[in-house]
Amino acid sequence: MTFFLEVLIGGLLSGVLYALVALGFVLIFKASGVFNFAQGAMVFFAALTFVGFTEVLPGWTGLEPGSGGVFWLAFALALASMIVLGIATEKVVLRPLVNQPPITLFMATIGLTFFVEGLAQAIWGANARGLSLGISDEPVMWILDDFDIIISKFDLIAAGIALVLFVVLALLFQYTRVGRALRAVADDHQAALSVGIPLKHIWAIVWGVAGFVALIAGLIWGSRNGVQFALTFTALKALPVLILGGFTSVPGAIIGGLIIGASEKLAEIYIGPFVGGGIESWFPYVLAMFFLLVRPEGLFGEKHIDRV
Amino acid sequence: MNTANTTAATAAAPYLSVNNIEVIYDHVILVLKGVSFEVPQGGIVALLGANGAGKSTTLKSISNLLRAERGDVTKGSVEFKGARVDQMTPNELVKRGVIQVMEGRHCFGHLTIEENLLTGAYTRSVSRSELKDSLEKVYHYFPRLKTRRSSQAGYTSGGEQQMCAIGRALMAKPEMILLDEPSMGLAPQIVEEIFEIVKDLNSKERVSFLLAEQNTMVALRYADFGYILENGRIVMEGEAKELANNEDVKEFYLGLSGEGRKSFRDVKHYRRRKRWLS
Repeated sequence: MTFFLEVLIGGLLSGVLYALVALGFVLIFKASGVFNFAQGAMVFFAALTFVGFTEVLPGWTGLEPGSGGVFWLAFALALASMIVLGIATEKVVLRPLVNQPPITLFMATIGLTFFVEGLAQAIWGANARGLSLGISDEPVMWILDDFDIIISKFDLIAAGIALVLFVVLALLFQYTRVGRALRAVADDHQAALSVGIPLKHIWAIVWGVAGFVALIAGLIWGSRNGVQFALTFTALKALPVLILGGFTSVPGAIIGGLIIGASEKLAEIYIGPFVGGGIESWFPYVLAMFFLLVRPEGLFGEKHIDRV
Repeated sequence: MNTANTTAATAAAPYLSVNNIEVIYDHVILVLKGVSFEVPQGGIVALLGANGAGKSTTLKSISNLLRAERGDVTKGSVEFKGARVDQMTPNELVKRGVIQVMEGRHCFGHLTIEENLLTGAYTRSVSRSELKDSLEKVYHYFPRLKTRRSSQAGYTSGGEQQMCAIGRALMAKPEMILLDEPSMGLAPQIVEEIFEIVKDLNSKERVSFLLAEQNTMVALRYADFGYILENGRIVMEGEAKELANNEDVKEFYLGLSGEGRKSFRDVKHYRRRKRWLS
């Protein structure tokens, strides 16, 4: 039983991180109807930019390598770059394509993926690097003592950061003027336009926020698996999460992430041995495919409100 | 087609004037072929006409929502209080006091009624207490909205949605509302209720209205002045009362004629073919 719980909790915690990446997709899809294929590349870009700055900053400023000052300065600079990247993408790539069919926009974001990946490596180099957030990956002692379950401290803190981020975003969306406008735009572009909500501002804000979310995801994923090109593939795990949770639902992204995280770990442990293992990497996609057959709009996808 | 002399309220400079505008969709489809009219301050003006006559397009070319549908005003100009507004974004125009209530209501379905109303105040940067006052004012005119304030707009009735859409526009403190087909799909009683509120807003809040309607009879009862659009041109204009008594209008839009009721089939055959312009 404790082993089961250990696997389950470990799965849930990594699920939170999938949800974090999925959130970036959802935000943009909801507000502008664009499926931003480049979100994974943005995560990679964010992590690499952060690491890059931590490497060069000591040289530029004379701060001690690895100190808190370098960390926060690099964080601020990486955040600024992500917001600039997000807003620039919206302005340069997507705005000229406004009113084009969704497939055109989708293709544009695929192109963008390659561009962003290339740009990141052109600036900072292509070799894999480590990223340390100063949180050690060790079991939390009191849980181990009291319940006999091994839970990584790193996973726990990462999940905590992600949850705080979710809550903050949810509150912003629910109770602020801009948040309301954002949901309004997600519901009905035209009507939002008609009451004087400037779509361009809203889109810029959404892309900025998506950049920020990508940065957080990039930091956590990067410090877990190293900052390398494979990060963009990890980000693609967000796809089954989205299919499960629904493309337009923030809670759906979270729940979907948890389900995917938990089920892939459990499947690996309990089904894996029968089929020779390695099930973790493809099980989520199978689950998603099954879901597509049964409930194509996802668990929490936009229920189309139809009046009869 | 100048009507400056026909309405008493028209001052030297017209309040809203649309001058000979031509609208083309998608670079090829010519929808408006030189439409001109004016709305006096504090007036209710009705744009009438059949399906596809260009009523909605006219409203959208004033509120500049046209560009979002790949439409373009290629000729002519729109002036509001003496300044050209045709190159403005809807956001700027709402700040100047002109707001459109779109055809088909377009409430934000997943937002509550109250949130819907609050989005209407997006362009005003005002304090919480001022927002509250505005909300109360809207609830004063639409008491029904108050009872439904926390329901999702998508689950309210058509009439409530129409009220929500008008209330949302009111939250922007407009001087002028462009109201597109408020009667669409609503029971006659609700239509009556909504038009009464429009009249009320007009007389008490001094909001001017430009109204696009297919429901000619009701629209002419509440408007001061009317224009009839056909095939993207204005073919007739006049005081609402005159129009309501005009034989052709009666026959074409109200289905009435001098010799009493007539089968619609006959109307179609000999009269309907007569157009003012073709």
